[in-house]
Amino acid sequence: MPDAAKPDATTQDPVRLLDEHGARTASDRYDPLIADLDDHALAGLYEDMVLIRRIDAEGMALQRQGELALWPPLLGQEAAQIGLGRALRSDDFVFSSYREHGVAYCRGVAPVDLLRVWRGVSVSGWDPFEAGMASPQVIIGAQALHATGYAMGIQNDRERDPATPDSVAVACFGDGAMSEGDVNEAMVFAATYQAPVVFFCQNNQYAISEPVSLQTRVPLADRPAGFGIPSARVDGNDVLAVTAVVREALERARGGGGPGFIEAVTYRMGPHTTADDPTRYRDPAELELWSARDPIQRLRAHLESRGAFGPELEESVAARADQVAAELRAGCIAMPDPDALEVFADVYAEPHAELDRQRADYARYLGGFVS
Amino acid sequence: MTTMTMGKALNAGLRRAMTDDDRVVLMGEDIGTLGGVYRITDGLQAEFGERRVMDTPLAEAGILGTAIGLAYRGYRPVCEIQFDGFVYPAFDQIVSQVAKMHARTHGLVRMPITVRIPVGGGIGAAEHHSESPEAYFAHTAGLRVVSVSNPQDACTMLRQAIASDDPVIFFEPKRRYHVKAEVDDAVALTEAPALGSARIARPGEHVTLITWGGLVGVALDAALAAEDEGTSIEVVDLRSLSPVDYDTVTASVRRTGRVVIAQEGPREASIASEVVAVLTERCFAFLEAAPVRVTGHDIPYPPARLEKHHLPDLDRILYGVDRVLGRVRETGVEVSP
Ligand SMILES: Cc1ncc(C[n+]2csc(CCOP(=O)(O)OP(=O)(O)O)c2C)c(N)n1
Ligand SMILES: [Mg+2]
Repeated sequence: MPDAAKPDATTQDPVRLLDEHGARTASDRYDPLIADLDDHALAGLYEDMVLIRRIDAEGMALQRQGELALWPPLLGQEAAQIGLGRALRSDDFVFSSYREHGVAYCRGVAPVDLLRVWRGVSVSGWDPFEAGMASPQVIIGAQALHATGYAMGIQNDRERDPATPDSVAVACFGDGAMSEGDVNEAMVFAATYQAPVVFFCQNNQYAISEPVSLQTRVPLADRPAGFGIPSARVDGNDVLAVTAVVREALERARGGGGPGFIEAVTYRMGPHTTADDPTRYRDPAELELWSARDPIQRLRAHLESRGAFGPELEESVAARADQVAAELRAGCIAMPDPDALEVFADVYAEPHAELDRQRADYARYLGGFVS
Repeated sequence: MTTMTMGKALNAGLRRAMTDDDRVVLMGEDIGTLGGVYRITDGLQAEFGERRVMDTPLAEAGILGTAIGLAYRGYRPVCEIQFDGFVYPAFDQIVSQVAKMHARTHGLVRMPITVRIPVGGGIGAAEHHSESPEAYFAHTAGLRVVSVSNPQDACTMLRQAIASDDPVIFFEPKRRYHVKAEVDDAVALTEAPALGSARIARPGEHVTLITWGGLVGVALDAALAAEDEGTSIEVVDLRSLSPVDYDTVTASVRRTGRVVIAQEGPREASIASEVVAVLTERCFAFLEAAPVRVTGHDIPYPPARLEKHHLPDLDRILYGVDRVLGRVRETGVEVSP
């Protein structure tokens, strides 16, 4: 177990287990952590990434067709999100931003539930306790503190009752979020209490139009050392490397080793959201460079090199993607607008006389139009 | 005079302010290369350079906190907060520091900081992108609060806000960014109506309808519709929410004897509540009916497809007008929605 006071020195080079052509690099440190990933498991990760990319593409299309108000695409970040999502246990708990559709998918959230908030029919799409994942956070960085507090709760519960599972809380946020006070305060709290929380930062190189160089002078993964938090910088387009570093951080946290930080170096291939026009601030050459590092192609090449990728797998995954996309589309279009009086729902947990009066007044007012 | 959108008028106002005073600096997220998510700062970084138009790290407390230091050093920072719902990380710096600095330094330190905030709903946006936080700021002594509704006011009042030695929270209603009108971006600031003044947007006799920002257009439409039924509505565009121009407002209410005030934000402890209280104190003898507030409900801003049930619309405003005119049959509705 690494000493939290002497965190791993990060390097400029991210951890990488698959090169850009899918060839496997050996690693004494990380190989044992993914020794169980056989052909079948790798094919599963491949399917997950293809499906979530398809769901994401469908989200973009539905927005363009006016079915969704907005969509923040994850294109390019599939390996980071699936690698994280599949490394978690069901009793772990994720606090994410708005872009982690892939993580939510791994938590068992139904694809159609991913769309609810973006269609504008609800402010949250699923039951956080059922999924082990909070409603996505729009306020940049706020969720890092929530994850830390949740981890402090796990710690307390384990002291009260040693039979409590050694769950871990995970905070997902972006490179831009690293500048917010909340994220930095979260790291202070996490280190102080040695809370079982993993900070998972997807450095997709941009915060809307701002390049990561505007947020930091050093690799983001170098910052946690100052808080006394061990960190790793990983190739976020390499699903094996992501799996390995996440598992390492999770095991350390479960074992009482305190928080961990992971910078997954990746790239936002799409716009920030459907409301954004990246041609105003991004060099197309950059996009080309990162296209060559496509996470799905890389795993596919690796599977091919193992003789584990054939037309059968390709076709079954494609068929599954078609099916998920069709269901998603149908489910989205069928989603009804909520009832008008829903606006008053759940504002308080307990009765509130004045709000009840407002609701009743508004109902009578609406009724007045009918009669 | 040039015809331009309110967005372009704000851009022209910024350019003019930066040209007039080289101590004016802009700070915010995505305001440089991108020109801001609403393009209000479009082209300004190319024109004035990266020192005067700063893309900041993603940290609102950082933006306002460093703006304070720049103000100490004699600069006039104009901070852009990307959306209304993202001002709260900076709230501490605004309320505890910016607002109080002049008083706590016995007037030795001025905070000529302008905080530009796209505000309000009606645009089908995601969570935290449609809020109306005016009341939080109007409640804070030391801040001036402005909310514009048309291109000329946007341009002139932004220039005035920047020129003011007091901090100004400057609200720009998103749903009005695309409204077009003739604008003179070189108006002499001393000749323009003062920053704290209200504007009679449409004269009328029977009812004073007070509003500001995003609802000014809706109020004018309501006045037009009411005219068909013989009701003459005077629409007052408050423009300045702190201080409120009570000279203009009370003069109108004393003439009409009836007042409706409409706002997007929730009702409780709001601008509408305050204005109604003051008018009741100062115009009680002139009032023919209890003042009526037409407001958003006391709820978190709802998802896009429900916002029409939150935001006052033409019908709700006219219902409020009917109430203040005593035309609403007893429906059991205690207050106007
Ligand atoms: C407190 C706050 N400030 C500003 C915004 C507006 N905003 C939304 S996303 C974003 C960029 C976030 O970048 P990053 O953290 O890198 O995440 P990414 O979008 O790249 O996944 C900004 C500035 C916000 N949502 N919350
Ligand atoms: Mg980013």
